[in-house]
Amino acid sequence: MIKHWQKWKHDRRTAWIAYIALGVVLLLLPFLTGGTLGRGWVRILDFTLLYIMLALGLNIVVGYAGLLDLGYIAFYAVGAYVYALLASPHFGLHLPFWALLPMGAGIAGLFGILLGAPTLRLRGDYLAIVTLGFGEIIRIFLNNLNAPINITNGPQGVNLIDPIAFGGFSFSQAHTFFGVSFPGIYAYYYLFLALALLIIFVSLRLQNSRIGRAWVAIREDEVAAEAMGINTRNIKLLAFAMGASFAGVSGGLFAGFQGFISPESFNLFESIIVLCMIVLGGMGNIGGVILGAVLLTIFPEALRYIGDLQDYLFGRTLVDAADLRMLIFGLALVLIMIFRPAGLLPSVRRRQEFGSDTSVLAQEQASLYDTRR
Amino acid sequence: MDILTQQLINGLVLGSIYALVALGYTMVYGILELINFAHGEVTMFGAMICLAVIGALAANGAETNGLLIVALGLLAAIAVCMAIGFLIERIAYRPLRRAPRLAALITAIGMSIVLQNAAMLIWGKQYISFPPLLPLTRYEIGGAVITNLQIFIMILSCLLMAGLLLLIKRTRLGRAMRATAQAQDIAGLMGINVNTIISVTFVIGAALAAVAGVMVSAYYGLAHYFMGFTLGLKAFTAAVLGGIGNIAGAMLGGLLLGLIESFGAGYIGALTGGFLGSHYQDVFAFFVLILVLVFRPSGLLGERVVERA
Repeated sequence: MIKHWQKWKHDRRTAWIAYIALGVVLLLLPFLTGGTLGRGWVRILDFTLLYIMLALGLNIVVGYAGLLDLGYIAFYAVGAYVYALLASPHFGLHLPFWALLPMGAGIAGLFGILLGAPTLRLRGDYLAIVTLGFGEIIRIFLNNLNAPINITNGPQGVNLIDPIAFGGFSFSQAHTFFGVSFPGIYAYYYLFLALALLIIFVSLRLQNSRIGRAWVAIREDEVAAEAMGINTRNIKLLAFAMGASFAGVSGGLFAGFQGFISPESFNLFESIIVLCMIVLGGMGNIGGVILGAVLLTIFPEALRYIGDLQDYLFGRTLVDAADLRMLIFGLALVLIMIFRPAGLLPSVRRRQEFGSDTSVLAQEQASLYDTRR
Repeated sequence: MDILTQQLINGLVLGSIYALVALGYTMVYGILELINFAHGEVTMFGAMICLAVIGALAANGAETNGLLIVALGLLAAIAVCMAIGFLIERIAYRPLRRAPRLAALITAIGMSIVLQNAAMLIWGKQYISFPPLLPLTRYEIGGAVITNLQIFIMILSCLLMAGLLLLIKRTRLGRAMRATAQAQDIAGLMGINVNTIISVTFVIGAALAAVAGVMVSAYYGLAHYFMGFTLGLKAFTAAVLGGIGNIAGAMLGGLLLGLIESFGAGYIGALTGGFLGSHYQDVFAFFVLILVLVFRPSGLLGERVVERA
């Protein structure tokens, strides 16, 4: 089936038609969703795009460079707090959006280096634990830096954050173009879509660049990579910084979109979910990562309907849907990993490198995060 | 001076609980090189089962001695947690033993979510208070107060840890466990049933976790479906601190972490001139963790792993 798909992909005209069709669907998606499922689902679409950006950033760190990061959400938090503190009544500052977003990305990137620098020697599980601790430390500080000097406003979080706006164009209000009315969440969808496409583009270009190949070399065998003249220190720091700055961008967007943030949104569970997205989809594979992000954002939301399903099947609600959905979510994670341990769409690069006769799974076993070697 | 003694006592009590939970992490890691994220939830289940049994006995008007009720609750908790530990390994980890390591990490997280939400469905979202079953006696040592519950916790965990050490160092089963941890395939060739040993490891870890769960909820007087998460994280930190995979290291790490936390919380206000308060207690665990891993990645008692090309 894969061969068939690749043959089809190499047929240029078919490919163009497919891309155009995909583009049209993406452009019309908020209207289709808003018309059939309601406005709430357009909001979920917006969040899906945010998670795609976040997951692609983590994919650079984990998927490309093989550095297992369990505190990734801290960088998202940094981006969100940079935006929130500099564009809200909290400090009385209202910096413009075009200044805030790069600033958030930059500061998050700096934090990435801050985490990366002392942990350069660590690999595998040890790195995972350190990054986990780092994420928790950031969250605890965000939670407690409201006394004696109020910096983050503590557990109450920051409220009344300025919505994203370019000049006079605010994304939070409804606009009318050519007689079609766009509510705020639709406008946000297009903004997020544009940025997500940009990040996808950067990820794709990185994959085949010198840097991307250096990352993969480090992932496969750090000692050999160093022997081949790769400056492993700088390359690893670059992976951390770049992944973090992607997270910083999506954090800033999240703060502007939501209008309110608190440390609650940046707990360990969020880091884990983003990691699940990339492992589930297929690490190191951009298509897989996007698929994972879409599935893991949509699936828990779709599970909210189990209440209705129960009404339909049993005539009444037996168990509160909100309580049941996380249980099903956890079970789904276990089951998917048991049946597709290399992810739903395993990395294409591995398939190309090793030919089709060795299974991807066997290769992943042989190399991935094997600290025992 | 009394603050010092008091924090020392509090730290040791807390530390002995961390140590019990940390043992479960370290034993599983030693054999499978897997972070069993669901272990904290097993601890929580221990507390919940014990409370459920105590509640059921009290509801049926069982006029028994307080100590007997506690013992029954504890035994039930141990039994159920052992079963849970066995099932976790069987369902979630065994099918993935040869799969990429990250896949096993994700199923561990999945199991943790499942257990947490199962507990929430069974026992609800609210905090459950742990009834004071025994009259609390306070003793004074050098200006500090120690309760009989604290003494009981420390003695019980010391006994359990000594028992575990004996089991691992002196028995055939312990030797088989050590062999499996060393080299799984070769242990299999030597006639050890590796699957059984791994199951046994999970079951023993779960039993210790059950005791720790009951102790921690009796100590704080509360139980909650989410309590296992933070406790598990701390205990894991303790295991890493001591050198993961090393049994004595987990005990040392647990005690140290408890001490660091209680001293940190007690003195941070004075040290930073009131800038940082005791609510930074949780930061210490992670800060220590990062320092240890950066300067001595194999932990305090762990052996250094030589990286080969």
